[in-house]
Formats: sequence, C-alpha cells, structure tokens
Amino acid sequence: MSGLGTSFGSGAMTNSIEDLAKAKAFFIIGSNTTEQHPVIGAGVKRAVRGGAKLIVADPRRIELARMATLHLMQRPGSDIALLNGLCHVIIREGLYDKAFVADRTEGFEEMKTTVEKYTPAYVSEITGVPADDIQAAARCYATSKPAAILYSMGITQHACGHATVMAIANLAMLCGNLGVEGGGVNPLRGQNNVQGSCDMGALPDVFPGYQKVADPVLRAKMEKAWGKTLSDKPGLTVVEMMNAAHTGKLKAMYIMGENPLVTDPDLHHVEEALKRLDFLVIQDIFFTETAALADVILPAAAFAEKDGTFSNTERRVQLVRKAVEPPGEAKPDWQIISAIARRLDEDKESWEYDSPAAIMAEAAAITPQYAGISHKRLENGGIQWPCPSADHPGTKILHVGKFSRGLGKFMAVESIPPAELPDAEYPLTLTTGRRLQHYHSGSMTHQVAGLNTLLPEERMEIHPADAEPLGLADGDMASITSRRGQVKARVHLTDRIKPGVVFMTFHFPETAVNLLTIAALDPVAKIPEYKVAAVRVTRVGS
Amino acid sequence: MTTLTINGKMIEAPGGTILEVSQANGIRIPTLCHHPALAPKGACRVCLVEVKGSRVLQPACTFPISEGMEVQTESPKVRAARKFVLELLLSDHPKDCMTCEMCGNCELQDLIYEYGVKETPFVGEQHEYPLDDRDPFIIRDMEKCIRCRRCIRACDEIQAVNAITMINRGFRSKVATSFDTRLQDSNCVFCGQCISVCPTGALTEKDSHGLGRAWQTTKVTTTCPYCGVGCNFDLNVRDGKVVKVTSHWNNPVNKGALCVKGRFGWQFLHSPDRLTKPLMKSSLWKERKGTEGAPSRYEGFVETDWETALDAVAEGLLTAKSEDGPDAVGILASAKCTNEENYLIQKLARREIGTNNVDHCARL
Ligand code: SF4
Ligand code: SF4
Ligand code: SF4
Ligand code: FES
Repeated sequence: MSGLGTSFGSGAMTNSIEDLAKAKAFFIIGSNTTEQHPVIGAGVKRAVRGGAKLIVADPRRIELARMATLHLMQRPGSDIALLNGLCHVIIREGLYDKAFVADRTEGFEEMKTTVEKYTPAYVSEITGVPADDIQAAARCYATSKPAAILYSMGITQHACGHATVMAIANLAMLCGNLGVEGGGVNPLRGQNNVQGSCDMGALPDVFPGYQKVADPVLRAKMEKAWGKTLSDKPGLTVVEMMNAAHTGKLKAMYIMGENPLVTDPDLHHVEEALKRLDFLVIQDIFFTETAALADVILPAAAFAEKDGTFSNTERRVQLVRKAVEPPGEAKPDWQIISAIARRLDEDKESWEYDSPAAIMAEAAAITPQYAGISHKRLENGGIQWPCPSADHPGTKILHVGKFSRGLGKFMAVESIPPAELPDAEYPLTLTTGRRLQHYHSGSMTHQVAGLNTLLPEERMEIHPADAEPLGLADGDMASITSRRGQVKARVHLTDRIKPGVVFMTFHFPETAVNLLTIAALDPVAKIPEYKVAAVRVTRVGS
Repeated sequence: MTTLTINGKMIEAPGGTILEVSQANGIRIPTLCHHPALAPKGACRVCLVEVKGSRVLQPACTFPISEGMEVQTESPKVRAARKFVLELLLSDHPKDCMTCEMCGNCELQDLIYEYGVKETPFVGEQHEYPLDDRDPFIIRDMEKCIRCRRCIRACDEIQAVNAITMINRGFRSKVATSFDTRLQDSNCVFCGQCISVCPTGALTEKDSHGLGRAWQTTKVTTTCPYCGVGCNFDLNVRDGKVVKVTSHWNNPVNKGALCVKGRFGWQFLHSPDRLTKPLMKSSLWKERKGTEGAPSRYEGFVETDWETALDAVAEGLLTAKSEDGPDAVGILASAKCTNEENYLIQKLARREIGTNNVDHCARL
C-alpha cells in the first residue's frame, strides 16, 4: 500500500484485470495467483498459452511455475535482493527505457548506485537463485513490452514489505511499464473488500480517500463535514491495538466481521490481549473463535442479505445486492453501526440513513476518488476510481502520462533480512499462504461440505530432503514449534517446496498456524511478518 | 461494410459469421454447440442455413458473411434438416425431463419442443451410463450428453485446465477425464465453467438438485464475497433462500468465469450455525438485570434482545472513553463488509468516540 504510495502517489493496482490479456510478459512474485485469485490466475494462463512470457518468483513450485518461462525459487524474505538484482542487470545491459526514466521519473541515479553491488553473483548468494536465471529473467522482463507485474500478500506480509513494494515499483518504472495497457504494478488484494475498507478510511492514519488525519487542512474539511472536532493523532494498527490491550492501555474493542484469534500473528499474545480488555463487542455472522471472548455478540447479515458496494482489486466499485432476508434477528452491519452511534451521540439525526445508497452519497461527497460514484450509476455496472465527477467514466489505468505524485520516484532500497532467521534450534523457515478451496479463517468455507471434501485438513508442505532426517513420511503427524507456540499438523512431502522451507495456511483453526507467526511489523506499512518465521519440526507419536 | 440479405431483408454489417449478423439484427437461429463465450466449433449442425449458390446447407455459427450473400434461415429445407438433427439427438436421449434438473432451462428441450419432434424414427442403440455423483459440487449424467463439447472447450479456453476431454471413439465416445476418473482425481479445479456452458442436464450443480427449476427462481446479480477479484454472479433465489449461483456473463471483471468458492461456496448463508440473536455474556446479563437470562446454545452466553445488547455496547464503549480517554477504545472494521459499513464504522470511531484507533485485519 504505502510502498506504491511513495513511488507513484497512489497505492492501488495500476491496471485493470481485462488489461492483463494484453501483457507480453508477466512477472509474478509473492502471488500464488491460481489459488488466491483464481479468475485472474486463469487469465494469466490464457495469456501465457497465447504466447506471453511468464516469470514466477516463489519458493514453492506453484501451479503457474509449471508453465513459466523461468521459475526463480528465492529464499523467503530475499525479494528485495532479487528485485535489485534484476534492476542491476537491466541497467548494466542498457535495456531500460531511457526516455521514460528521463521524462517521467526522479531518483534514478541514487537507485542506480544502490543496485550496483547487486550483481547476479551476489544476489544468487542471498536468494539461492542461480545467477544465470537472474540475468535471463531481467532480459525477459526488459525486452517484452508491455509487461505486467503481479504481487500479493507474499510480498507485503513481511517486515520489509514496504521496501519490497518500492523495489517492485523501481523495476516497473525502469522499463517504462506504467501508464500502458498490459503493463503496470498490480497488487492483488486478498479479501473481497480490502481495497474498499482502505478507500473508506478504515485505517488509523487516514480519513476516507487517504486524507491524512494529521493534515490540518484535510482535518478541517472533515470536521466541517461531520460537524465535530476530530483527533489529529494517528491511531493504532491491529497489531498495535493488541499490544496496547496487552499492556492495559486499550480497554474496549468493537470488532466487526473479523476473527483476529485465527487470522492475526502470534495468537497466544492476541488471546491474552483480548482477555485483558474490559469490554469486547463482536459483530459477525458466525460464533467465531474471537466471539467466544466477547461480552456482547451482535448477529450480522451476510453479503447476500444486504445492499451496498465492494471495491475489487482493480479499484472497481460494484454493487452488492440483497437477495434474501438475514436469518432470525440478524441485521445488516450498517444498521447495527448506526444504532450504536445513535446511542453515543446527542445528534441522532446524523445517523439516520434510509439506505446504503444514502451512506454512499455522504461518503462520496468527502472522498475525492469516489466523488462521481453513486448507487444509481453503479446499477449499470461497476466504476473504477478515481471517478471525480458524475459524468466521469472512471479510470482503467493509473498514471497515464503523469504519476499521481507528478514524477515517479525511484527509491533506493537495500535488502533487509527477515526479522527471524533460521538457526540451530529452529532450523526451518515457515512461510504461510492460502489455498484455493478455503478462505481466510474458514468461518464461511468450512460450512460448505464440498469444500471440506476437497480439502479436509491442513497439510504442511515439506521437502522430502528435510522430512527424511526427521523420520517423517507423507501423512505423518508432526509438531511444529516456533519461539511463540506450537501446532500439530499432518505433513505432505513434496518437492514443490524449496528445501529448508515449510508451508502452511491459516484456514484451519485446529492447526492455527498463527500461533507460530511473528508480529514483527513493517516499520511503515505496519503489516505483520506472516511470511517468515523460524520453526522446528518433529515427528509426533511412534 | 458488407451488404447481404437474410430472409429477404437487406442488411449491412461490418463482418462476422451469419449467426452473429443474424443475432445483431434480431433474427434467431437455433444453436447447440455454440456459446458466446467460446470459439465457434460448428459441430452440432442445428444452426444450418441455406446460402444461395451453395449446394449444401451451411452452419451459421462458423460461416462468414460476404458481399451480396443471400441467406435463408427458416426455409422448409432448413427446418427439415434441423429436425433431422434433433430427431437423431432425441433417439439417444433419456426422456425423463420430468425429473431432470435442467427442465425448463435446457437448450435441447427447447428445440425439441420448437421443432415438434415427438417420436423419433431412429431406433438405435442408446447409451447407458451410471449417474456419476462421486465428486463434490458436480453431477455428471452422460446419458444426457449431446457431445457438443462446450464443457471441454470451456475447460480449455476459459479455465486453461483441460481436465476433461472426449475419450473413446464413435458411439462409445464420452466426456471424461483422461482416465475416466473422478474429477477430484484429475487436475480439475471445480470452477464449474463446464456446468455453466452445458446446454443440457448432463452437467449440473450437485448441491442445487431438487431446490428449484429455472422458472421458480429469481436471479439477483451481486459481487462475490471471497477474494479481491470481485467476480459478478447471479444468486438464484427461491422462497427466500439462495439455491444456486450461476454465471453472469456481461461484466468486464470475470466475464462469466468463477472459481470453486464463488460458484459453490454459498451454502454458509443458510447454515444452522448462523448467529440469529444478540448474545450477552451470562455474567454481564446478571450484573445488568439480576436474573439468569435465557440460555443460548453457546456456553457462557445468554440470548438477549437488540435494545439491551445495543445499550450495553454503548455503555461499554462510553465507560472506556470516559475513564481512560477516547484512545482507550479500538475498532476493527472489516474487509468482508461493504464500503458503506466501513465508512460508517470509521465515522463512529472518529466522530463519536474521538479516536483514530480504527483498522482492519488484512492490510492487503
Ligand atoms: S470444473 Fe472447471 S476445471 Fe473441472 S472440468 Fe469443469 S471446467 Fe474443467
Ligand atoms: S457434457 Fe454438456 S457441454 Fe459437455 S459435451 Fe455433453 S452436453 Fe455438451
Ligand atoms: S469467484 Fe473466486 S476468483 Fe472470483 S471473486 Fe470469488 S473467490 Fe475470487
Ligand atoms: S451451433 Fe452451429 S454447428 Fe452447433
């Protein structure tokens, strides 16, 4: 998010899903696209079958790696080195887009100086990727135009995610792949409405539309719109809230539609934190693991039971339509929030909304990117923001002709080792992700029998070379221990994964992988490091 | 621009097949193997039309238009040829539309009806295949297959998986995985693209069987609640319940394609485990009301009414605020909720509580 904001002036996916069909090459890093974003994954496969080149950088031999022109199996946490290495080769061989760099960017010289030491040989040492492959990948990306970069949680969920995103932006700018169809830097958002939650200001430092709470002019605008004085102090992120609850600074929490007791890193810590609260409200569609700790639980409506909008990964705001009534006394979240707010405020009128369309009208009036968006317009199909006025068609590609911030900024970034490296006691690197059949903490997908048939339980992936010395055979039960906790899971022996690395998802509360993960935060984006934790694996039973 | 006549009517078109130009001009030509999301195949011959100067009838779905062309789409010769094709198809098709899942939504049934095919003059061998319901989500009834290959093409052209193919030759040919296994033992990803294009009851949604025919359901177009792709689909609703998800073809995001979660992951909606009443921790209830309260199915919680629950929430938040300041309250919004709801909850945090402690769990 914030990485792209620094480089380009906007943190969102630059191009459109439809656009991907026009890419001549793809560079996919930290995204198991066919499982995490299946419909986009299928689109990539179609394009590759149609002749587009494909470079996959992933420590696992994911499905797309099988059809890739090149598969780079970098060590988890070594992405910056790899990206800098690609830039190094492209600059050294003069393959970069000199006109684009000269006309549309700044900071090239500093970046060039920084990547000088990232020779293929040096990068190979850090990443474990053969030097020849690094050169081949650099040439492939630089000489196929337009080329699209896709990435996902595999990049951002590191303590250095912010810097890695800037390294990705460097690579794309170097080759002039911005503002063009079939190119771009395309972060794929994990959950259905992450983009929209961010757009709407569900972040501690910004009002809707990424308007900084600390900016006096913007704050004054919001104070005028809402008719109250507002705090200028940026708030706490999820992980910081958990820490504050732990130390007793945070007393009450109101949690809507989230299950941090499965999805957040370092679960023992989270559980302890939530238990220390004086007051906890959970609003959800199921009795989740987190709900069990609540004082009050409010039953909410699911997506099919309410009207509203979601914004997808390509910034497209789309209607969600009510098809059925919520069960029992459950209510749409927007009604519940308004009912609570009316009890907190003497000025009850500002919380009377007759429909989600009316809420969007209020939000659009203060969110510049959404200014031209209304439910009425969306009836005819989704609109991609920025959409500054009611007659604006929306924006398919960002940064055409000019970056949101003016010039694109090359940011010199150095390779940062992960917060926790394997050692003698915890010799393996655990990395986490998602699978096709389940979703997030599984509270929705575990209710679907067929999905449970297809993927009944978690199986930790481990390379046979790591499993054999531990006496582990396929299907054996293993115990996986990190400095923070322990889980048990069956193992799946596969050479799909790089030796030294093990892989698990967080879809199954029974094998809560986040007992193991680390809450080390990226200093800027404050995203926890889900992707790298040092673990020890042992066989369970005889 | 190319000028041609169809059924005597002068038409101008930039190009395309006879089928495309006819459809664009409101002239309906029956099809079976054709599907707008797939490349034309010209396999079923039900779209045959008469082209002046051509000795044989031509398939409209593949035949390109040309200058001065004269086309007849409903001549007796054409209708007879189509009827012949349909008679052949019916001779090897079960006649159990009464219980068929696709009744009323079957392209074969519609054409048999339109062309008045009653008895079929062909008494040949009929396929006998057991119903294949060994997989989750997808039922395969190969006795109803008309070998149009739409499913195979969808699996190839849209999904790029190629899990299914035509195995065997001649009369014994059949749509299957290469070794005729269960789909779950192949590389099938259960996207259901094959079901979405199948014109008959050969491929159907297992979890929707018996829940409602096409004319008994209404379709509500909405956006998928799972990943950030934001696919559009149609919820099929009957008697206040979602009974099926079907493809919504006309949108730029997914153009009808879906994945296993979007197409088949709707059952959580009507799960008996859904929360249906506000709940309160038993001890909190006792503190507030002095009684034991109405037991719930969750240990340590009693059922409550909305008023009591909302009052307790407001008090709990206000107590923290007044005792330790606004920043003693933390609020988590949700990437699963709508924009409107995220807007409201951050407004509540900032305007009513006075804190910027608002975030959501997944930051990407
Ligand atoms: S469900 Fe998808 S992958 Fe499986 S056979 Fe059908 S189209 Fe192919
Ligand atoms: S299963 Fe359906 S789509 Fe596939 S060939 Fe048979 S009738 Fe056509
Ligand atoms: S159908 Fe699948 S790919 Fe499409 S939005 Fe839903 S989960 Fe994502
Ligand atoms: S629809 Fe034209 S041959 Fe089948």
